Amino acid sequence: MALLEATGVVAGYGAAEILRGVSVTVEEGEVVTIIGPNGCGKSTLMKTLAGLVRVRAGSVRFEDADISAYPPERIVRAGLCYVPQSNNVFPSMSIRENLEMGGFIRAGGVAERIDEMFSLFPDLGRRPSLKAGSLSGGQRQMLAIARALMLDPALLLLDEPSAGLSPAVMDMVFERIRGINESGVSLLLVEQNAREALGMSDRGYILVSGENRLEDKGQALLDNPEVGRLYLGG
Amino acid sequence: MTNLRQAARRVGLAWTPGHTTLVIIAGAALLGLLPFVKMGLVVNGVFLGAIIAVGAIGLTLVYGILNFANIAHGDYMTLGAYVTLFLVGSSQTDTATWAARGIFPALGIESEAGLGPFTFGYPVLVALPVAVAVVAAGAIALDFAVYRRLRDRGVNAVVLAMASLGVAIALRGLAQIIWSGDTQHLPRESKLVYRLPMDVRVAPDAIFVAIAAIVLVTVVYFVLTHTRMGKAMRATADNADLALVSGIDTRRVIWWTWGMGAGLAATAGVMLAVFQAQLLPIMGWRFLIPLFAAVILGGLGNPYGALVGAFVIGVASEVSTQWINPSYKPAVAFAILIVMLLVRPRGIFGSPG
Repeated sequence: MALLEATGVVAGYGAAEILRGVSVTVEEGEVVTIIGPNGCGKSTLMKTLAGLVRVRAGSVRFEDADISAYPPERIVRAGLCYVPQSNNVFPSMSIRENLEMGGFIRAGGVAERIDEMFSLFPDLGRRPSLKAGSLSGGQRQMLAIARALMLDPALLLLDEPSAGLSPAVMDMVFERIRGINESGVSLLLVEQNAREALGMSDRGYILVSGENRLEDKGQALLDNPEVGRLYLGG
Repeated sequence: MTNLRQAARRVGLAWTPGHTTLVIIAGAALLGLLPFVKMGLVVNGVFLGAIIAVGAIGLTLVYGILNFANIAHGDYMTLGAYVTLFLVGSSQTDTATWAARGIFPALGIESEAGLGPFTFGYPVLVALPVAVAVVAAGAIALDFAVYRRLRDRGVNAVVLAMASLGVAIALRGLAQIIWSGDTQHLPRESKLVYRLPMDVRVAPDAIFVAIAAIVLVTVVYFVLTHTRMGKAMRATADNADLALVSGIDTRRVIWWTWGMGAGLAATAGVMLAVFQAQLLPIMGWRFLIPLFAAVILGGLGNPYGALVGAFVIGVASEVSTQWINPSYKPAVAFAILIVMLLVRPRGIFGSPG
């Protein structure tokens, strides 16, 4: 039984249909990466799985429950947390307050979990009263991930975690992501830096025009000459 | 201001909007020391600013979280004042309509019972929380009936603002039908006025209004920074989608925002009725320009900015009467609003970009 099983998902905004029957599965403990050209619907898929965009057709199953019609807060409760690509922190709130919001629906132990996040991301723990809006790109990304980890999710959706980061900071972010997976969190990743992401992935999907194009093991996609030429920039 | 705040923190004091208010009042006093400005007008402006502040903070909270300019906010103030009138009764008991004869007098509570040096009696203080509750509940009900439906259809902020204009006109009409368009007065007792140096005369009522404003603003600050719902409100104002995917029930946040915003408006309305010593169905509507001027001056959606903006508008409008006809007071607020929009549209504390 897969942890997440999206089958034939159709979704979009208004009259525009962005996803035209996408299917994605994530098994327990896996890292799965979705790549594809701009506008193929990667971010829309993430938003749809998080409940921000309505599922028009198809189904999304998560841990045995059909979550296709769940509102976002119920999806979060079920253990599926999402880190948007941009605007992924509360800029006028402090680091600590951002984490408190991440743990908003935790039954208890918010302070303890924040301390765990500070040991996982020492940069954040140094000045927890800093406003999130004043953080650097890398720190902000760390805070965004930490916010989503506050609820001990079973599956974390990461939309372009390396977007806009310098190569050095990017490496650090990927290293942390790998660590998060090793601690038992399954990951579904959308990435522009496809080589690095596929390198650490168990499996990968290639999405084109809102449809599945290809699915394979991460390394196999990297080794596929056609994938390299079309989607990995040669 | 930043240095003062840091200094306060160093000596272990938490910096609150209450402190900001005191700094502003001190600043206004300095302004009054200028030879060509009458201190009395500055003092009046501070009191007017206190009322604007209580109304403007509610308005800016609603803007920050619901993302539209609630044009009916002034009429929520009117409603608060009239609910109080409904409870304590009008001073002209013989000519009053049924809705202004008062519930308290009918229950045998003497509405003219004075309270210390104030012109109003304790029944006004008893009626105030009732008025707050009624207007807050009314605002939440209006959200269900009007704004929620429009939000669900995904309309933009202009449509919502226009809907609130409709609500504003309807509420004013309702007040006029129930209480008539005539000027009404809450029961008043003494008219003692404190005479201070520099030809300053202060009514005890005004001091009451100012202290109430400082207390309210400080309470709002603590709610926003120290309570779970207050933080959820700030999170929703910052980034509504991220609040949703953090598991925050944004519908409840919206109800609380209306409740707080309208409750503050009702309080401001009662303060205004006491301060101006009269009630008119149009009183809140007339107050809308100063409210918006204060909110925009401080940066839309920023409650602390609205506080500062309110005092600037209050003092500027009062001091202007030294040179121009007092009936142009709203025009002064309007002029400041326009200049601000031209020069610094994001407000004093708004961040660029």
